[in-house]
Amino acid sequence: MSDYFFFIGLPYAALVVVIVGTLFRYLNFGFGVSSLSSQFLESRELYYGSRPFHWGIIFLFFGHLVAFLFPAEVLLWNSVPVRLLILEIAAFGFGIAALVGLVILVIRRLKNKRIRVVTSKMDVVVYVVLAVQIITGLWIALFFRWGSSWFASTLTPYMRSIFLFNPDIAAVTNLPLFAKIHIVSAFTLIGLIPCTRFMHFLVYPFRYLWRSPLYVIWNWDRKQIRATRNLYNGVKQKNT
Amino acid sequence: MDIRSQIAMVFHLDKCIGCHTCSIACKNTWTNRKGAEYMWWNNVETKPGTGYPHKWEDQNIYKGGWDKKGNSVRLKGAGKFKGLSTLFHNPNMAVLEDYYEPFTYRYEHLFEAKAGDDQPTARPVSMITGEPMTPKSGPNWDDDLSGSKEYARKDVNFKGLSDAEQEAMFRLERMTMHWLPRICNHCLNPACVAACPSGAIYKRGEDGVVLINQKKCRAWRMCVTACPYKKVYYNWSTGKSEKCILCYPRLETGQIPACMHTCVGRIRYLGVLLYDADKIESAAACDDQDLLQNQMDIYLNPHDPEVIKAARKNGIADSTITSAQKSPVYKFVKEWGVALPLHPEFRTLPNLFYVPPLLPTMAFVENESYETTSESFWGAVEKSRLPMKYLANLFSAGNEKVIEIVLKKLMAVRLHRRNETVGDLPAGEVTDPMNEVKMDKETADAIFRLTSLAMHDERFVIPPAHREEAIEMIENTAKVEGNTGFGFREPPKRGL
Repeated sequence: MSDYFFFIGLPYAALVVVIVGTLFRYLNFGFGVSSLSSQFLESRELYYGSRPFHWGIIFLFFGHLVAFLFPAEVLLWNSVPVRLLILEIAAFGFGIAALVGLVILVIRRLKNKRIRVVTSKMDVVVYVVLAVQIITGLWIALFFRWGSSWFASTLTPYMRSIFLFNPDIAAVTNLPLFAKIHIVSAFTLIGLIPCTRFMHFLVYPFRYLWRSPLYVIWNWDRKQIRATRNLYNGVKQKNT
Repeated sequence: MDIRSQIAMVFHLDKCIGCHTCSIACKNTWTNRKGAEYMWWNNVETKPGTGYPHKWEDQNIYKGGWDKKGNSVRLKGAGKFKGLSTLFHNPNMAVLEDYYEPFTYRYEHLFEAKAGDDQPTARPVSMITGEPMTPKSGPNWDDDLSGSKEYARKDVNFKGLSDAEQEAMFRLERMTMHWLPRICNHCLNPACVAACPSGAIYKRGEDGVVLINQKKCRAWRMCVTACPYKKVYYNWSTGKSEKCILCYPRLETGQIPACMHTCVGRIRYLGVLLYDADKIESAAACDDQDLLQNQMDIYLNPHDPEVIKAARKNGIADSTITSAQKSPVYKFVKEWGVALPLHPEFRTLPNLFYVPPLLPTMAFVENESYETTSESFWGAVEKSRLPMKYLANLFSAGNEKVIEIVLKKLMAVRLHRRNETVGDLPAGEVTDPMNEVKMDKETADAIFRLTSLAMHDERFVIPPAHREEAIEMIENTAKVEGNTGFGFREPPKRGL
């Protein structure tokens, strides 16, 4: 019974919360949508924590995404033992980087009084969920090899069934406990996005890449302002 | 030709008395909030000195401003790929230690302390953590400390000065200083705008004021690095960057900014400059020695019929053009050429100009005796107490010739006025310096008048902002009649 709750109820609850919640927060409380950077208060330890953590977690995220979207290709890649080893060791390395970074970040937040001032209750939740997620992930990689291969036969069908609204949990109920925890905490993490600083990765500024360096905004259309016939027909500027 | 108008400023350094009233007015108006305690949108520095934040002019540390790259410019410490890949940790960002840890005193303890043997004291406490602390620096910690080892001698503008020349600057009888009040320069080529990944920072088209949209700012902090003047500050409590807004709500209602209104020495001038936006890139990307001249060439003569015609075609209001014609800034900067931008080598084309300080030699030591006489009435400009090279490093990207001409002009005005009011100078001593800088009596009198006698409305010529027309273009004002206002109404609170 609990399997139904954890592997069907929780995922759908998380997906609903993340879609409705992020929209609600972005539209109504957009001011707070960012990760409250504390670099200004403490910079040096942040460097050793934030850089490895972020690069680690980004590569792991995209690794999981590729395994979910292209299971056949990943299996094909893994058919040569050397390539399997390279993939697993690289993934494990990024996991270690993320864990080390997270530990440094947690220590920094605990011991630095200035950082404690800008720590909210939800930040603690964020750290707990991330720690569980990364530690169980590393545990699985160590003791239930080779995840990049069995992922394709168990988790990809399960995830696909979730997204096709035809949930089939047969494959995941037989997984070891740590893998189950990993799945549950993954969906918890997704559900927490709108309630925490996780929001910041949804607003990563890709548009900056093709923006002009000088950004000028007019309060009115300066070529049209002089004509009274244009009254009430102006275009609202994007930035207001 | 793409003509735009820009609100520009002139600060007359000879008139600054270093009272910090401007800083206090600004602090009380805008930055007396949580997270903004350390910010001084307006600050006054003692030069020679290291300034606020510590050594802000040293771009080897902070990587602010632009680098010339071919026929264009590139951000030194930020930019598209560099910026987006260092968001997790920005390596060159100024942090709290570079400014100072804001502090207050536990005054209530003076009243609430229990009876005891000792007099209660008000201990200093951090305004961030609330813990007791020992203040070790502040926004004007080196105020008036010219010659100090810790500050004045660590000034970063000694490039090109030999050790002996530096030593001479700090000899007791020669030692001098001047104040440098700084606000945001509202640059024509703002590095903060180019560095902002979110596109939250923008330049207002109508008056060129550079602002940060608090709702779009996502705390990526690239602006703090990019601004070479370190005039964008990070609010640690709201997680947003903030900067001088040139008191735009005051400007829009025809009032001058708070720092200028309160200025005791009346050193500040504000007015409109018309400029050609098409020339921004080429002016920012030219060679070091041409930077100053090219920036001056961007600003256009508002009396020129061609310029007026093009400005009208570009939607600039007639009232703005009239203001540009009366602009005291145009007179100081273009007509008389006695005001210079601070550090043009940062390539942001700043719109705050300084009349450099004239620090004449009043005395010197010769043959072991303290000599107070000089060959002419005020001594030669070349022998002024601050080396020409030092001023050139501040105001003209190292070009001493420019500084010399400006100082000679200022000296000519002084000599002319001395002659007019007292008349005790030999004829040649007045006319020769005036002829040297090709200045006629009318110009000298005009400079004198605007420097010393001008009233409020001559020093500040604010164009009407026409916000009433602007808002009618955006909203039907009849529909929101009786409402409290437009726009941003969310409290700046964090949590989550």
